[in-house]
Amino acid sequence: MIEHAQLKIWRGIDRATGRWESYEVPFEPGQSVLDGLRWIRTQRDPSLAIRFSCINANACKECMIELDGKTVYACTVRLEPREMTLAPLSNKPLLRDLVTEIAPPAERFS
Amino acid sequence: MASPPLHTSTDVLVIGAGGAGMYAAIEAARQGARVLLIDRSLIGRGGATVMAQMTVAVALGTQTPDHWSHHYTDTLTAGRGLCAEPLARLLCEEGADCIREMDAWGIGWARQDGRIVQAQAPGHDRPRCVYVDFLNTGPAVSKTLRTVVNRTAGIHKAGDVAVIDLVVVDGEVVGAAALHLVTGAAVTIAAKATVLATGGLTRLYRRNSASANMGGDGYALALRAGAALVDMEFVQFFPIGHLAPRLIGMDPIMWDPFRYKLGGRLLNGNNEEFTSRYGSDESGKYVLTRDLATYAIIKEVEAGRGSPHGGAYLSFEHCSAAALRDAFGPVIDRLAKNNIDLTRMPIEIAPIAHYHMGGIAADASMETSVPGLYAAGEAVGGANGANRLSGNAITEALVFGRRAGRSAAARAAGIATQPFRPDAARAALDLVATEGVGDGPNTAEMIAALQATMADDVGPLRDAARLRRAQTRIDELTAVLGDRPFGAPTAFDLRRLEWFDLRNMLLVARTVTATALAREESRGAHQREDFPETESAWRINQTVRWRDGKIALARNPATVEMAAQ
Repeated sequence: MIEHAQLKIWRGIDRATGRWESYEVPFEPGQSVLDGLRWIRTQRDPSLAIRFSCINANACKECMIELDGKTVYACTVRLEPREMTLAPLSNKPLLRDLVTEIAPPAERFS
Repeated sequence: MASPPLHTSTDVLVIGAGGAGMYAAIEAARQGARVLLIDRSLIGRGGATVMAQMTVAVALGTQTPDHWSHHYTDTLTAGRGLCAEPLARLLCEEGADCIREMDAWGIGWARQDGRIVQAQAPGHDRPRCVYVDFLNTGPAVSKTLRTVVNRTAGIHKAGDVAVIDLVVVDGEVVGAAALHLVTGAAVTIAAKATVLATGGLTRLYRRNSASANMGGDGYALALRAGAALVDMEFVQFFPIGHLAPRLIGMDPIMWDPFRYKLGGRLLNGNNEEFTSRYGSDESGKYVLTRDLATYAIIKEVEAGRGSPHGGAYLSFEHCSAAALRDAFGPVIDRLAKNNIDLTRMPIEIAPIAHYHMGGIAADASMETSVPGLYAAGEAVGGANGANRLSGNAITEALVFGRRAGRSAAARAAGIATQPFRPDAARAALDLVATEGVGDGPNTAEMIAALQATMADDVGPLRDAARLRRAQTRIDELTAVLGDRPFGAPTAFDLRRLEWFDLRNMLLVARTVTATALAREESRGAHQREDFPETESAWRINQTVRWRDGKIALARNPATVEMAAQ
């Protein structure tokens, strides 16, 4: 029997009108939450917005999100065969879905 | 009617904020230019530099007497007769200067008795490679350059800006048109000189060792702006990329430094050493070059002697726990979190797309064939010929970055008024402002399909049938993509970004496949199973240009010095 992770993901472009969507992701031991998010984008819904660059190495620090209320890097936290709640960082301006404005002010286009 | 684009202007525009781009920005600003440093991701976090966990080759002579000419000879030898001699020479000659400057900036190169340690790496005639322990070379280079960028007056920075096209007026590059990811809006940037420091094309391949933002953007931008690309068929596969068990929080190329330090045995699925079958007996030392090791592993897998996940084993089981701790330091604990105990188990490795020898053709001032356009770092083609010597990637990022920044600043200083004209940016701005119909196909899936095709049919081992099949697939994907983006311009729409990425990736994939098909021989990283010999008649660099909406190939005799052969 294939185990699944149930990813409950916050979707939207403004905090007042957002919604939760759930995705069932095949679970393999050792995978990261980012692996699960990338699976959703290629297999289910490419409109899901996430921010990442290095994928795997915890080098780019771009994939910060909130998992069950705690701030994590999606690339280093493990996928688990249970419901996991993923939300954008609550202390940063929201751009879309799990993506927030995390660049320092001096490194934004103006 | 779309709102007018955001507009800004600068003396020098640097596109890509990895190692090469940051060094270019620093140098251009030191020369007195106003600099705008942009990146499609965050500043100083993306690209390849930050991922490099390895070593940096430079003839410092701190441990063993050395001279840049020895490094140069090794570089040309590794390049299998195809290196662009002026670029290879610049890399080797000025490398030491940049490494010392990084040292003065506090990078913390590993030292022994006060002297910078130089490790022996494959293909080098003596210990020549500096590093930062443990597995920290790339992050330390990035951090050091970020710190210097931040304290250098005259550098403005902007992340989340994806360049759609360079803007060309009268045959000269005068700036760029871009997509501002945060808003989905169009941006124009007027610049007196532009530096492409966008890295390589490893994202074209399913398994790769660099950041997801290295999809060959700069090659496509340069090509459409009229510049020549060179050596596009030469993609370096790193032979011992991590394959299994699943390892997170670590770069897949992490095993190399430990092979330097501890040996590490390469074994096939039957637990036999096998590299001697392919003409290189390791006998406990690490001397195997990357192209040979990649070939040997793939051939073992094809012969049914692969490891369970389709690669080979790398074993450190002969090392004591103390020796492993000494060499790996805190990395041992990170491995333990991934349930990996090297004293008791081998890990599985397999070749992984790692670096691109080809790229934008440039002279030793880093100017491309289009005035106003410069290239730096991995984006530059030619310095490493058909196969890059280990340790040369960061060196070229620093050396070429510095040189490009200096050249761009010199050009900007000689131009009084911005030659940018808004009408020259119109086609790109129209693309960004397109209000598409419907959602379109799944762009993430299309990227995965292209990566599968490139890995399966344009990988390390090639033949005409597979290359033609790849061309057909690239044509099909290009037709699906169409010539207008899907959806509408809104904040952080990844599908929209992926449409523009695919526009570039498919064009670049086309150049790699066409040059690989044309080169009917085997040399370095380009191995044709239907043409297994290296042919002296093919001591030729292939160039690619964009003509009338199509790619056009040409051949130039290699400029390498005979003495090094």
